[in-house]
Amino acid sequence: MKVVVCVKQVPDTKGGVKFNPDGTLDRGAMLTIMNPDDKAGLEAALRLKDQYGAEVTVVTMGLPKAEEVLREAMAMGADKGILVTDRVLGGADTWATSQTIAGAIRNLEYDLIITGRQAIDGDTAQVGPQISEHLGIPVISYAQKIEIEDDHVIVERQYDDRYHVLKAKMPCLITALAELNEPRYMTPGGIFDAYNAEITVWGRDKLVDVEDSNLGLKGSPTQIAKASDKVRKGAGEKVTLDPAASVDYIVDKLKVKHVI
Amino acid sequence: MDFMLTKQHEMARTLFKEFAEKEVKPLAQEVDETEVFPRGTVEKMAKAGFLGIPVPKEYGGQGCDPLTYAMCVEELSKVCGTTGVIVSAHTSLCCDPIMTYGTEEQKQKYLVPLAKGEKLGAFGLTEPGAGTDAQGQQTKAVLDGDEWVLNGSKIFITNGKEADVYVIFAVTNVVTDAKGRSKKMISAFIVEKGTPGFTFGTKEKKMGIRGSSTYELIFTDCRIPKENLLGQEGKGFGIAMHTLDGGRIGIAAQALGLAEGALDRTIEYVKERKQFGRAIGAFQNTQFQLADMATKVQAAQLLVYKAAMAKATQKVYSIEAAQAKLYAAEVAMEVTTKAVQLHGGYGYIREYDVERMMRDAKITEIYEGTSEVQRMVISSALLK
Repeated sequence: MKVVVCVKQVPDTKGGVKFNPDGTLDRGAMLTIMNPDDKAGLEAALRLKDQYGAEVTVVTMGLPKAEEVLREAMAMGADKGILVTDRVLGGADTWATSQTIAGAIRNLEYDLIITGRQAIDGDTAQVGPQISEHLGIPVISYAQKIEIEDDHVIVERQYDDRYHVLKAKMPCLITALAELNEPRYMTPGGIFDAYNAEITVWGRDKLVDVEDSNLGLKGSPTQIAKASDKVRKGAGEKVTLDPAASVDYIVDKLKVKHVI
Repeated sequence: MDFMLTKQHEMARTLFKEFAEKEVKPLAQEVDETEVFPRGTVEKMAKAGFLGIPVPKEYGGQGCDPLTYAMCVEELSKVCGTTGVIVSAHTSLCCDPIMTYGTEEQKQKYLVPLAKGEKLGAFGLTEPGAGTDAQGQQTKAVLDGDEWVLNGSKIFITNGKEADVYVIFAVTNVVTDAKGRSKKMISAFIVEKGTPGFTFGTKEKKMGIRGSSTYELIFTDCRIPKENLLGQEGKGFGIAMHTLDGGRIGIAAQALGLAEGALDRTIEYVKERKQFGRAIGAFQNTQFQLADMATKVQAAQLLVYKAAMAKATQKVYSIEAAQAKLYAAEVAMEVTTKAVQLHGGYGYIREYDVERMMRDAKITEIYEGTSEVQRMVISSALLK
């Protein structure tokens, strides 16, 4: 059994968010972590490795620095790491990213692809399902439980108030929720092994069946106008009025702001 | 000379820090208050590979260097001195002598499960009359057929009742040297918990590291197999001293972690605590105290890491280990005391971590060789 896990190196928001003068994220200046949903996806794959001897390959797209997240995945137990990096891939939105990852995965054999539900920096939840679409395989999103039965996967898909049990023939793609499991720690020895292991680095030329017009900033339909940090709000204004006067007060305020 | 850590070491630190913050810190106060051994944490550490960091992979360990191990003890001790010493005693005082002096059979039987964390280790050298004077041993071992028969007791044993495997020292012979003085010949043994005749005395009530299980070990006609002699007969004193050289690096790392933890808490506190209308961190006295604390912590870290690297590259590292332990322990005591002072009345209250850290720090100046012993080791090398 071969499992491909897609992971993303994302800013660790605990360390503060930093911006470039043009309003884009200054990724080089921020502390980074493995995206939490992706980590749960990796843990799910590693459990399949423990249980069925699955081979786990981790793929990421990003700056050369994103190699760190692959080392971390290998220190947790993944077998191989593939970094897809190329200047022409920069500035990709979800469409161009999913095209890139799908182009990379076309080089690989797989029974299962696991991605995180969404990354904490973009919060779109689009890349996983888009990859499945490009590859022409089924997708089951929001997995809270994964089981294998012969050549099928049985997945509990989470909803707000219930879950669906879905069965799909492999190969298929699953998007994982952080609640899926408690990811294991790296092991100290695993860290040193991961740094001795080779990371495969692929550029644009290794992507299969992908048009240039679908890659990088040029291939991205989404244009980011501006990104900004959370604006700290002041303490606000407190008034003590009776109910009728309170309503009038609020209505006036909303009119001033042209809300009503 | 390069003071940069490798990426591997940086990532290992991230791992230890994450584990400490998530698994150890939330329990630290309770472990201290209730004096209950944190068994659940030990099991988690076993799973994460923390109980065999410097042991080669072929013996179930992680195959890392002593520096990685020291960093683990350091990060754990930043949040909980008890957890730090559990790992240190297990690794430095039990795994290490078996790894260094054990036969292949002993390594397979004892080191492999110890390094995997399936079993916990302890070390018994100290006796009521034999602390710094390790030659004052009274515990005896007599060979009777295919078995050694142990009689005597050991005190202040870390991981006491919780361990499964013990490295125990006992007198196996008394010889007369050329000057007519009698000299005790000490040997080391591996003793398993549950061996008939091996029981536990009272649990010690301690000032600090209160969750670590400190017990008296009692041997009454305790018979162990002949093959459980560790190293050569009569060479136990050398084994104990060599083991303690490594152990001192672990305790130095524990002391360093305690100092760093207290400094971190104090930096947070002085930014928040307001007196006379401003944060106490704005007062120059606070700033100068913090500057001194941070500088000494940094110096201690360099000595501890240097000693850990010396263990990896040198056959003998007694001086490096002694200097690291002496300095880090005294820095730990000084920094935790200043941390309590900067916290004012709150620093004296158990709800605040620095109160516990100051109590935990004191033992680092005492066990595995007092600061006075470290000075003896260092000065004897200077005057040789």
